[in-house]
Amino acid sequence: MIEDFFGRAIVAGLGLAMFTGPLGCFLIWRRMAYFGAAVSHSALLGVALGLFIGVDPMIGAGTTCLAMAVLLAALDRRQLLPTDTLMGVVAHAALAIGLVVLASLHAVRVDLMAYLFGDILAVGAADIAAIFVTLAVAGIYLYWGWRPLLSATVHRDLATVEGAPVDASQFSLMVMVALVVAIGMKVVGILLIVSMLILPAAAARRLVSSPEQMVALATIIGVVSVLGGLYASASFDSPAGPSIVVVAAAIFAVMCILPRRDSA
Amino acid sequence: MASTVETRKHGGSLIDAHGITLRFGDRLILDNVDITVNRNEITTLIGLNGSGKTSLVRVLLGLTDCQAGKIWHRPDLRIGYAPQSVAIDPTLPLTVSRFLSLGQPISGVDLDELLDEVGAKAVKHDQMAVLSGGEISRVLLARALVGDPELLALDEPTSGVDVASQAALYDLIARIRDRRGCGVLLVSHDLHLVMAATQTVVCLNRHVCCTGHPEAVVNDPAFQNLFGVQISSAIALYRHHHDHRHDDAGRIVSLSSSTEPPAR
Repeated sequence: MIEDFFGRAIVAGLGLAMFTGPLGCFLIWRRMAYFGAAVSHSALLGVALGLFIGVDPMIGAGTTCLAMAVLLAALDRRQLLPTDTLMGVVAHAALAIGLVVLASLHAVRVDLMAYLFGDILAVGAADIAAIFVTLAVAGIYLYWGWRPLLSATVHRDLATVEGAPVDASQFSLMVMVALVVAIGMKVVGILLIVSMLILPAAAARRLVSSPEQMVALATIIGVVSVLGGLYASASFDSPAGPSIVVVAAAIFAVMCILPRRDSA
Repeated sequence: MASTVETRKHGGSLIDAHGITLRFGDRLILDNVDITVNRNEITTLIGLNGSGKTSLVRVLLGLTDCQAGKIWHRPDLRIGYAPQSVAIDPTLPLTVSRFLSLGQPISGVDLDELLDEVGAKAVKHDQMAVLSGGEISRVLLARALVGDPELLALDEPTSGVDVASQAALYDLIARIRDRRGCGVLLVSHDLHLVMAATQTVVCLNRHVCCTGHPEAVVNDPAFQNLFGVQISSAIALYRHHHDHRHDDAGRIVSLSSSTEPPAR
């Protein structure tokens, strides 16, 4: 008999894995891994702001992440700094500011570790509802907007000349990154959410020959990582969020050893 | 689309642009450029690196907004665009046939026939990331042809192609023009190779240095100043009008010394 809290953890983790599979593929195809990290590191500031004005931390984090994503994209377009430098500056500045602001909120006691590394065993029914509503919306969007999104990923100018809604695709990706950070915060935490995006997608690459296969395999790897991590957590009393990421990393390592398949 | 792309009644041309001026910050990229692309003709843009060839194509296609100038497109003009290169991220598994299907709708297009037309039938199921430069050029050409374009805009289609194959590629472009009757806007830095096929050459050095039939352009002092006199011409079929020449530093000097050179 699975305990209620453990059952909720599994459901929440699986919901997250189904979102991070497809989105993670787009992040690595577009070389946006650092972008994801920079955005997610700003989530703590969003949590603090949310607590300060009295809204749910998840909403505070999602809103702040979206604002940060739009700001970063605008800054990056001006090319003041190389992209990786800009992302590195913003990621750590945002995290530090978030920590300072959170510490200054004397009125609320905050479990910092839960936000940084996740607290999947404390996931409630409302969190699960939020995860699956988000997943459904993202799923419908990805199904409907798949072709233009993929086309804009392959070549922005080519897609523009061919009439694809390139800017809308770009913005929708930012919204999804913000959403995935907000809902992934509880599961693996702010510092590890990007690994749930990058690891399964990177692990899937060597075994696939089409974008759709890669998304499917990344999703499966994410699901296996969640189940494996939670099992490890239950068996060895290891922290759940980091255990999930360790399993994903182990799968990635195994995939690297397997021979590469490149043709159809 | 650029705000400058407007549609009104016009003669037999596909694109007609006047007074195109483009600046990036303080740098003047294009200075009062006029260009016309006609149906059934190959118009070749030549110029040294940094002369604004690619920028002009981008402005004409609406990818870059210019500061001044008027661009007219034939109403409902179908454009096929092949950018200078596509760098498909190796993390993105994408076959050639899949790449071709990402642009214009391919229902009713026989991909085998299309790839055969550009001489790339053998790579249909290959991954984009493993193609050679010449193969990529041909695949990009095929993608540009998917929507049965009235105008083909090809930005340095032979970049990354060895010299022996360059001539073959230009022959191919000329044959495609003959067969389909489309207009071609071609960017090249080597007039030698395109001379046989092209009807009009526009020699660009931020402004239009000289324009006309290729034989005439080769004999033009402005062209010889820019490219060196080692380019010996065949027979100049006709002379065309010059409104300026270049001094040793490449600056514009009016033929009538009373006129000020254009501001830079």
